[in-house]
Formats: sequence, C-alpha cells, structure tokens
Amino acid sequence: MSENIGKIIGVNGNLLKVEFEKPVIQNEVAYACVGAGDLKLKAEVIRVRGNSAELQVFEDTVGLKVGDPVEFTGELLSVELGPGLLTQVFDGLQNPLPRLAEECGFFLQRGKYLDPLPRDTKWAYTPKLNVGDTVVAGDTIGTIPEGMFDHRVMVPFNVRGKWTVESLKPAGEYTVEEVVAVLKDDKGNTRECQIMQIWPVKMPIKCYAERLRPTESMASGMRTIDTFFPVAKGGTFCVPGPFGAGKTVLQQIMSRHAEVDIVIIAACGERAGEVVETLREFPELTDPRTGKSLMERTLIICNTSSMPVAAREASVYTGVTLAEYYRQMGLDVLLLADSTSRWAQALREMSGRLEEIPGEEAFPAYLESVIASFYERGGVVKLNNGETGSVTIGGTVSPAGGNFEEPVTQATLKVVGAFHGLSRARSDARRYPAIDPLDSWSKYPSVVELDKVAKARKMLRDGSEVGQMMKVVGEEGTSIDDFIQYMKSEYIDATYLQQNAFVETDAANTVERQKYVFDRLLKLIDTKMKFGDQGQARSFFQQLTQTCRDWNNSEFQSDEFKKIEEQITKALAEVSDYAE
Amino acid sequence: MQNKVYHRIEQITGNVIVVKADDVIAGELAQVDSAVGVSLAQVIRLENENVFLQVFAGGRGIGTDAKVKFLGRTMQIPFSENLLGRVFTGSGEPRDNGPEIKENMIEIGGPSVNPAKRIIPRNMVRTGIPMIDVFNTLVESQKLPIFSVAGEPYNDLLAQIALQAEVDVIILGGMGLKHDDYLFFRDMLDESGALSRTVMFVHTASDPTVECLLVPDVSLAVAEQYAQQDKRVLVLLTDMTNFADSMKEVAITMEQIPSNRGYPGDLYSQLAARYEKAVDFEGSGSITLLAVTTMPGDDVTHPVPDNTGYITEGQFYLKNGRIEPFGSLSRLKQQVNDRTREDHRVIMDTMIQLYANYKETLEKQSMGFRMSDWDSKLLKYGEKFEASMMDISVNTPLEEALDNGWKILADCFEPAETGIQSKYTDKFWPKA
Repeated sequence: MSENIGKIIGVNGNLLKVEFEKPVIQNEVAYACVGAGDLKLKAEVIRVRGNSAELQVFEDTVGLKVGDPVEFTGELLSVELGPGLLTQVFDGLQNPLPRLAEECGFFLQRGKYLDPLPRDTKWAYTPKLNVGDTVVAGDTIGTIPEGMFDHRVMVPFNVRGKWTVESLKPAGEYTVEEVVAVLKDDKGNTRECQIMQIWPVKMPIKCYAERLRPTESMASGMRTIDTFFPVAKGGTFCVPGPFGAGKTVLQQIMSRHAEVDIVIIAACGERAGEVVETLREFPELTDPRTGKSLMERTLIICNTSSMPVAAREASVYTGVTLAEYYRQMGLDVLLLADSTSRWAQALREMSGRLEEIPGEEAFPAYLESVIASFYERGGVVKLNNGETGSVTIGGTVSPAGGNFEEPVTQATLKVVGAFHGLSRARSDARRYPAIDPLDSWSKYPSVVELDKVAKARKMLRDGSEVGQMMKVVGEEGTSIDDFIQYMKSEYIDATYLQQNAFVETDAANTVERQKYVFDRLLKLIDTKMKFGDQGQARSFFQQLTQTCRDWNNSEFQSDEFKKIEEQITKALAEVSDYAE
Repeated sequence: MQNKVYHRIEQITGNVIVVKADDVIAGELAQVDSAVGVSLAQVIRLENENVFLQVFAGGRGIGTDAKVKFLGRTMQIPFSENLLGRVFTGSGEPRDNGPEIKENMIEIGGPSVNPAKRIIPRNMVRTGIPMIDVFNTLVESQKLPIFSVAGEPYNDLLAQIALQAEVDVIILGGMGLKHDDYLFFRDMLDESGALSRTVMFVHTASDPTVECLLVPDVSLAVAEQYAQQDKRVLVLLTDMTNFADSMKEVAITMEQIPSNRGYPGDLYSQLAARYEKAVDFEGSGSITLLAVTTMPGDDVTHPVPDNTGYITEGQFYLKNGRIEPFGSLSRLKQQVNDRTREDHRVIMDTMIQLYANYKETLEKQSMGFRMSDWDSKLLKYGEKFEASMMDISVNTPLEEALDNGWKILADCFEPAETGIQSKYTDKFWPKA
C-alpha cells in the first residue's frame, strides 16, 4: 500500500480537518501524528468534502497543530477475532485494558495501542478439514479449546464463493498469527487463513444459511421478566429508565444469571465503578450451570464516561461484532449495552461539530436508522452446518429527564421485541426491580402459560385501578371486595414482582421455581376471601406478605421452603370463603 | 520563535478572540496583554491560520492591537504541601494575601484512570449525619451531587460535612460563589481549625466566566496529587450548575449548535470527565467528590441535574432544610453497610418504607379521610422520624443513630407490623 499522508488544517475539539492528495475512504482509520513525532492518535474519517476530510479522533487532541501529518491506513475500523477474547476487558477500540495498566500504570495514556489478541500465546489446535474439501466463508477449519468452549477457527468471513482446501497445518501448538490453511478457488487464486481474522465493526457478519424467528425464551432468573415480560434467545429488548431506577443493577443480574453461553457487556459511556464491580466480582463467582468462574463466559467492552467520546460510538459496534463472531460457533450470546443513550449522545456531539442540520433535541436525523440497524444485528440464525446460534441484544436507555417521549427511547421502542420500562415511582418506593408491570410489554413467549399470565396481569391492573380510586374516595368509601382485590395485587407485587437482589436465594429464580410459585400465587388470586373489615384484611395480607418473603428467601424445595408453604396454605384456608 | 508576539486581533466575540498565528498547538496557553491588564488565554480551536483563544479575564477591554504571546505549554497548576490552608482563584493566583506558589507545576485535566486499575469501594466515610450515614452512606471514592434549589442551606451542609467528615485533605472548589458565601466557608473552616487541611479554589460571581470553567479541573488535579500521596481527599464543589452555565455561555459564543435548553451537546461528557476523577487508588489514597447542583425551578429534569444524575453514584436531595429520603440515594452504600452493624440494612429499608406509608397517610389526611388505627400509628411514626432522624445539624455516630431507629420503631409499632424478619426483631427490638 502506498503511503497516504494528509495534513491537518483545523482542530475543533476531537474533530480534525485534514487536507489530502491521494484517495481516502469513508470511515477509514487514520493516525494523527502529534508534532510530527511518535505519538500517533487513532482517528476515523467521517466526512469528505473536496480535498479535505473530517476525522473524529478517538483521543484528546491537545497538542496537535495545523500542519501536523495524518497517516491514512486504507482500512476500516476493525476488530481482531480469535481465541483469547473471553475473560478479557477491552476499551471501545479493543485495547486490552489490563495489559495497558501493566504498561502505563493508573492512568490511560494517549496514543498507546496494544494488540487485542496476545501474539505470543500458543493454542492447542486440531484441524477438522481434509485437503481437497470444499469450503465457504464461516466453515470450521479447526478447533481450539478456550475455557469451556471449543473455539472454532473459521474460514475468513470476507471470503467469497466456494474454495478448495489446498493445504492444512497438522494438529499442534500455534500462535494466533499462524497460517493453518491455504485455500484455492477455481480461478487459481490462493488465500492463506490465519487462526485469527479481522472484521470491520460496522458490517454485520452474514455467514449463515438463514435467519430464524426467536421463539425459545432466555431465562434471566428475574420473575418479572421471565414470567411477565420475557426475552427470547435472539431477541432484542430495551430498558429505559430515569437515573437511580436500577437499570445497571438489572443488567448486572442478567449478566450473571441469563441462560446463555456467552455474555458480552458493553459499558458505553457509563460509570467506571459499575464495570469495576463486574470486573472484580465475576472471577470470584461461579456459574451455577457450569460450575466454572463466571468470568470464563464473559467479555467486557468498557468505554466509560470519562474516556474519549468517539470511542464510545465504536464500543457498541465492537461488542456486537464480537457477539456475532461467537454466534458463528453455534453459541447463544447475550450482548448488554449500557447505555445506548450515551452512544446516541456521542453521535450528537459529532454531528454538532460537523455542523449538520439538527433533528429533534439536536440529535442527528439519521439517529433512528442507526439505532434500528444496530438492534437488527441481533437474531437467531441457522448456520451453514445446520446448527443454530443467537445474539440477544439488550440495551439500556437513559432518557433525558426520565421522559420516554424523547428521540432515543422512541427510536429504540420501534425496533425491539420487549420493553422493560423502569418507573421512578416504583424505585422511590424501593420496589425492585422497578419494571413497571402495567406499561411494559413483550412480544416473546413466557415461561408460564399465557392465560395464567393474563390473569395475573388483570389482577395487577384492577388492583391499581382500585388503588387510584382509593386515593380519591378513601378506604372507607371502597367496598371490601375491591379492597381485597387491591390487597391481592399489592401482594403479587410485593412477593412476586419484587425481588431482593442482595439475598442469594431470591436474586434469581429457576424457571421451575417460577412456575411452582406462580401456580401458588394463582391459587391465592382465585381464593374468595372473607374479612370483617379493611383493617382485618390489611393485617392478614401484611402477615402473609412477610411469610411469603421468608419463603422467597428459602432454598427451593428445602425443608424450610416446605414448612413455610404449609404455613401459607393454612393461613389461606382460615380466611377462605366457602359460602358459594 | 517560540515566544513570538502577535499584535493583530481578527475578531472579538464575548470572551473569545481570534488571531492569525502559526505553530500553535491545540490547548496551548497564551498571555494577552491589553489596556485592561494581562490575562491568560487558552486555545480552544484551530482553523487554518486562525487561532481561537478563550481569554480568562474576559473579552471586555481588549483592543484589536492587544499583544498575544503563546507560552508553548498547556494549563498548569502548582502542587506542594504549601497549598494547605491557602485560597486561590480558578487560574491558580493567590486570593488570600499569601505568596504566589510557582514550584512543581502539574498539568490539569489529565487522562482518566484505567478502569482495570480501579477497585471496588470498601470504606465508609463517616459524616455524623444520620440521613447520610444510616440511609445513604457516603463511601470513599464516591461521587455524589447535592441537588438543591436556591435558598436551601446547601453550603451550610457542605461546610458541616467538611468539618465532620473523617478525611485527610479537603479541596473546596467554589464556582460563581457569592462573596458572602466564600467568606462563610473561609471563616467556618478557620474557626474550627479545619482550614489547615483545606485548599480552596474560589471563583466568585463577579469574577470572569472563564475562570469558573477552570475551578473543577484545578481542584481535581490537586486532589489527584494528594491522593497519590496516600491521602484520603474529599473534594467539595459548589455549584456545578454555574459551571455548566459557563460552558453554555462559551459554547453559544463559539456558535455551537445547542441541544437542550441551550446547553452544548457534550454537557454529559464534560460533567462526566470531572466527576469520574473520583477514585480509590489501590495501595494509596482516594478522592471522594461531593458537588452542589442547584436545580433551577426545583426541576430535576433540567439538563444539569438530569445529566449529573446519570453520571454520579446517587444523589443527596436537599429540600426544606432536610435531606429527603426519597430521591436521595447512595448507590455505593451496599458496598459498606453490610459491614457496619448487622441491623444497618434492616433499619434503613424498614424506616424508609414506613416513612413512605406515612406520606401516603398524610395525603389521605389532608383530603379529610377517616384515619384508621394503622394510620394513626404511621402519623406518630412520621413525626418522630422527621424530628430525630432528619435533622442535618447534628453529629451522631452511626451506631447511636441505629439504636435511635429501633427506639422510634418500638415506640410506634408492634414487631410484626414493621415487616422486619423475626431474627432481627428478636435481637434488636427494645425490651419494654
């Protein structure tokens, strides 16, 4: 490649204006050299006009001056794919943060870029092909054990058409740069395949036979979600909520308990402290399904709020590209992006600097299509070999002022399959998770039967109506039947919807337990009850709620669990009205 | 060639001047010499040979023939032990009558801490205020705003925390402070002897806007240095809304496209860059950050408190002279309140839930509904809670405050009515 060097003619925040002579490519990566020295800052071309290009720099631009050289690379912003990704912590540009810390200490240093995949680690490789086999992009060349998975070394995704295997490396220990196969097409072109491959983050990987409809539910352990507002494997969901409503806690619980093979956490423009919790706690926690450390199935992309804004935009794409890569191995991957609003704001900042005509709330007009194409990268796919793999995407949204009528929330709601709206009123009342049981929705199948869920939802709705009415007419103006209905809905809320994230047995429930407890709950809803007055009803339900909380805190089907269940049954029998 | 002087100012808009110059680096400092005196200025934009400079002392009085000399360095601030007990302006000039300090200059607005180097916060900062210690515990390395409205005693609260908090160094950054408030802080810290462990960077309402922008950066740069010397540092900033308003002023001058209510689109990132300086250095000191954010019109959805809330680890909500239990939240309290005393979490959750019920009852009462037995119990409880737990002018150790909590509960309820698990009521419920 010929050297393509431009010259800075303007610096405005992290936007550079660069004069160039040779051709440049939209979205290609370039490096701005501070004072023509060794310090090179990574940047991306985002607009070209005449012979000047505008570049967003992924770093602080202090120190650059007019006339400094810019080196264009001719390549789009890409990530490295290969063994060694899991358990890693990357920044938005796939820089490994722990290794960066070893080299630079406490603070992040500008212009320091390390190889995402260590070049010196040797992996135990076993070939799965024979010379003479016909392959297409995405086919497995060989496998490498990575933690608990068989990491597949695949034919590069950008290979077009059918190729024949000309030569193969035997089983052995290789580094990621090793060429393990040479392919040849019918025109006689040859192509070398390394263990690792490179893929541009903004292009979806499409090496599969077909996309399927997401129908199998992905248990998260949260009763409200799995029973009422479920998410399917390969589905998409969003969690909008005002600050302090518990978006991040919800995502943390999901990342721990979700029934998937791999979890990718993209911390995008949020607090560093939250990532640190995951970072430090996950290695200590065991995954109940595999018995191994949770970290072994986790990958963290971390571009926190104080890190450069432009890399924030890259981080969600980096996350989804890595998710797609593991999907290609027939695995179920969950991508949690926290928060997509920060990413949208990064778009807004750049759009402002480019002096584009602003849309609603100064967000760029292309916001909706960008969000839609991001969520569309989720899905279940049937791979060429008949296996299925999925990418489930969950994004939090941080709407300005907690008002869901803003552009990012609205654009997101149009494209997702489930909506877990968090409410300020619920979080103020310390009712966690603060998912609003009346406003939220999901288009995916629940773990319990539909008619049962409908019954419980009706009870919640009716109860809330009585509650509203009671604010106007008071308790004495409410009939005892209505009042019981209200107490029942409050009971469902307190003992089923609410979950204590800090008690281990209550933090996440298996599908089995959810079904069991939910049936019990339905019995209560169906029980006709008789009370002398409202006070009596209230104290009964207060007592019952407390017992039921103890029940939630006990181990499923343990002696204590059964004992408390008996207590509940007995208490119910005492107030049942058998008159009819 | 380094210190070439430029004579011709091309453009003056607000606090921003434009000169034609070459070899100027982004972020460089310059000295502007005009009829009204000498001021520092910082490069904020380069466009071909045009250099946009933000003049710290403001654009007023600058002539088109003012002399601009580029200094070849970015903004720096001195750092040494001698800073303690001193008061400076936003650009680092002494504000008291002490000598100028020029030793050991450090860069401000440095890079952010590598997330991989951060640790989970684990130490409580005791303040002696029950609404903080019991209900929303402050934790070392936490960043918390104090949401408030004009007229509330937020500066008093800040000063009290400064006096009572168990930390080594206090950095106070004042932005747009009334001169009276500045004197109040100085005198209060002086009288209590806390001034000797305090450094103050003060921008008063009458000082140039641009200096206001520098206050958080210099405060945090100095704090970072102390923290790396194994000191527990508490940074108090007041008032971040003034800081945001200054940013708005500059952004509008620069003809940037405003996003919400005139604030620049990067408000979130700008605020986050400051707040995220709060950190606990493994094997060394820490920075804890409390920042007053006044909410125009008591509106928490105003862009400044709204963006702040998304950045910080909770917030204290100061209203009617009290830290409101609703709306206030310390996100990090869970990290420490399981190691204080076993009943801490129980008291915290129960008392707040009952207080919420009390508020509902109050509403019913004001609408003239009949009060049930339960209602009267709640009313009694609410009054006691407000009187003895919500007072912010006290200095009570956490343990005493917890005991007090049990006493209030026992005065008003039967154990079962509180919904507390029996293993706690058995142990802590005061015996009649």
